[in-house]
Amino acid sequence: MAENEKQSLKDKVFESQVWRSIFRHGYADTHRNRVLQVAGNVFLHLHPTKTRRHALRIRFTWCAGGVTFLLFLVTVVTGVILMFYYRPTGEHAYIDIKMLEFDVPFGMVIRNMHRWAAHAMVIAVWVHMFRVFMTGSYKPPREFNWVIGVILLVLTLLLSFTGYLLPWDQLAIWAVTVGTNMARATPLLGHEGPFYELVGVNARYDARSFLIAGQVVGPPALLRFYVLHCIFIPIAASVLMIVHFWRVRKDGGISGPM
Amino acid sequence: MADASGTATAATSPAVAKVGAAAEARAVSKAQAPAKTIELADKAHTWPYLVRLEFLAGLIVMIVLTVWSIALDAPLEEIAQPNRTPNPSKAPWYFLGLQDMLVYFDPWLAGVVLPSLIIVGLMVIPYVDVNPKGNGYYTFKYRKFAISTFIFGFFFLWIVLIVMGTFLRGPGWNLFAPWDYWDPHKVVPLTSVDLSEFLFGIPASSAGGVLLGLAAIGGWFSLGAVFYIWKRNSPTMKKLGFVRYAIVAGLWLTMMALPAKMVLRIGFNIKYVLVTPWFNI
Ligand code: HEM
Repeated sequence: MAENEKQSLKDKVFESQVWRSIFRHGYADTHRNRVLQVAGNVFLHLHPTKTRRHALRIRFTWCAGGVTFLLFLVTVVTGVILMFYYRPTGEHAYIDIKMLEFDVPFGMVIRNMHRWAAHAMVIAVWVHMFRVFMTGSYKPPREFNWVIGVILLVLTLLLSFTGYLLPWDQLAIWAVTVGTNMARATPLLGHEGPFYELVGVNARYDARSFLIAGQVVGPPALLRFYVLHCIFIPIAASVLMIVHFWRVRKDGGISGPM
Repeated sequence: MADASGTATAATSPAVAKVGAAAEARAVSKAQAPAKTIELADKAHTWPYLVRLEFLAGLIVMIVLTVWSIALDAPLEEIAQPNRTPNPSKAPWYFLGLQDMLVYFDPWLAGVVLPSLIIVGLMVIPYVDVNPKGNGYYTFKYRKFAISTFIFGFFFLWIVLIVMGTFLRGPGWNLFAPWDYWDPHKVVPLTSVDLSEFLFGIPASSAGGVLLGLAAIGGWFSLGAVFYIWKRNSPTMKKLGFVRYAIVAGLWLTMMALPAKMVLRIGFNIKYVLVTPWFNI
């Protein structure tokens, strides 16, 4: 009797309309379910249902592209949390960061995670590029995905660089000052660059003042970098990552020996 | 592939599964990689074999990151003070390779032109590397030039300069050994000369100096032309073609101009090769 009741309870749950609307297939370890587990799941269906065996080897991909993506997701999640506590103005920025340490529960851990994940992402993306080069995976038909990758690399660095200014401490403004000073020397477009007279740029209107909204790294630069850091570059990078992953599939999956 | 689409049609949610399978079939038929010829036995189910690896990798990364974030606090110095420049002022660590190039080249080159060329140079790699070998597997034997060039640029001109910039560059951007005290008043006697002064004792901005500078730079890049003439009938060069070769040679010599300038600067104290009223190299 008890067996029967158990069975009918199981049927009631697993055959119910609600359950079946959520889980499209059973969990018995069959070939069909293994395929459906991937094809029927919006997140997993980024993958093909079957993968070439060599691509499973850590030795081949070092998992570096995936790790880069994971670290990007970590910075998105922790970054959104930080946005609740941070105001990008000259009066508030530094104090808000200090408050993370002394006033916000787990504020410091969130900030640390955001920063270390960002640094780790820079390293991971280099490692990934290195691996892709070493396996010759940029060769036809994957040429264009490599180009997208290079843009992603630049965006990763810019994300890190724009974020560097936000704590508004000595480290931040001077690192960004050193970095953006280069723009002064842009040929034609920077007021200390070769041939600047031809274009007629000056210290107030040139490539550098366009980047930092003024002649020195001040509060307008902070706001500009904040918007670039939290909105513009993450969206651009996300769009390109979507294209990047799509192209990995369309170009025939992870490269491998013929 | 065949059995994947076969089961998909019988799926509980045929729409979803069919789309997946169709995309799959398209991907395979479109890809130039001969996926079709790959034995089915060469493939494993993504679930569980790949997903479990990704899960494990993700878990390890998250554990390391969490421990790291609990153990080590992100730096926060004093509040920004626009009128107090720290010495040294360093860019973020990942740009220190670029900052170090400022020792050897003026900002318009080191800070703008060369970084742009790095980006462009990386992007053109797939279009100038016509070697079909080594696509999808590790090999050094068949790609000696490509791999040595990449490793030289990546490790020596990028990573090593970053490590140096982080740990060895102190006040005044002077070099300090790791055990040295960073003395802000360290004065390095710098009596640098320009190339024409070094060779013939004529000022670099004189007509003779400019001619010499142009000749030196022209000579450097004409090495590419000499190599072309020498090798023009080799099968590799035929396959590469003139335009691709010119791009590779130009980028390669530009990259190598950095170590060349390092040798001139560190070995002979030479500051500029070419001096003009508009820019110096
Ligand atoms: C935000 C940065 C990036 C992310 C999140 C990312 C992610 C990925 C992932 C998940 C893969 C699948 C295989 C693997 O994990 O290795 C992949 C493949 C690939 N990536 Fe990236 N990537 C990024 C940047 C780059 C860069 C900088 C390059 C090159 C300059 C690049 C070129 C490629 C190529 C050519 C493939 C195909 C490799 C193959 O088929 O073996 N990606 N990427």
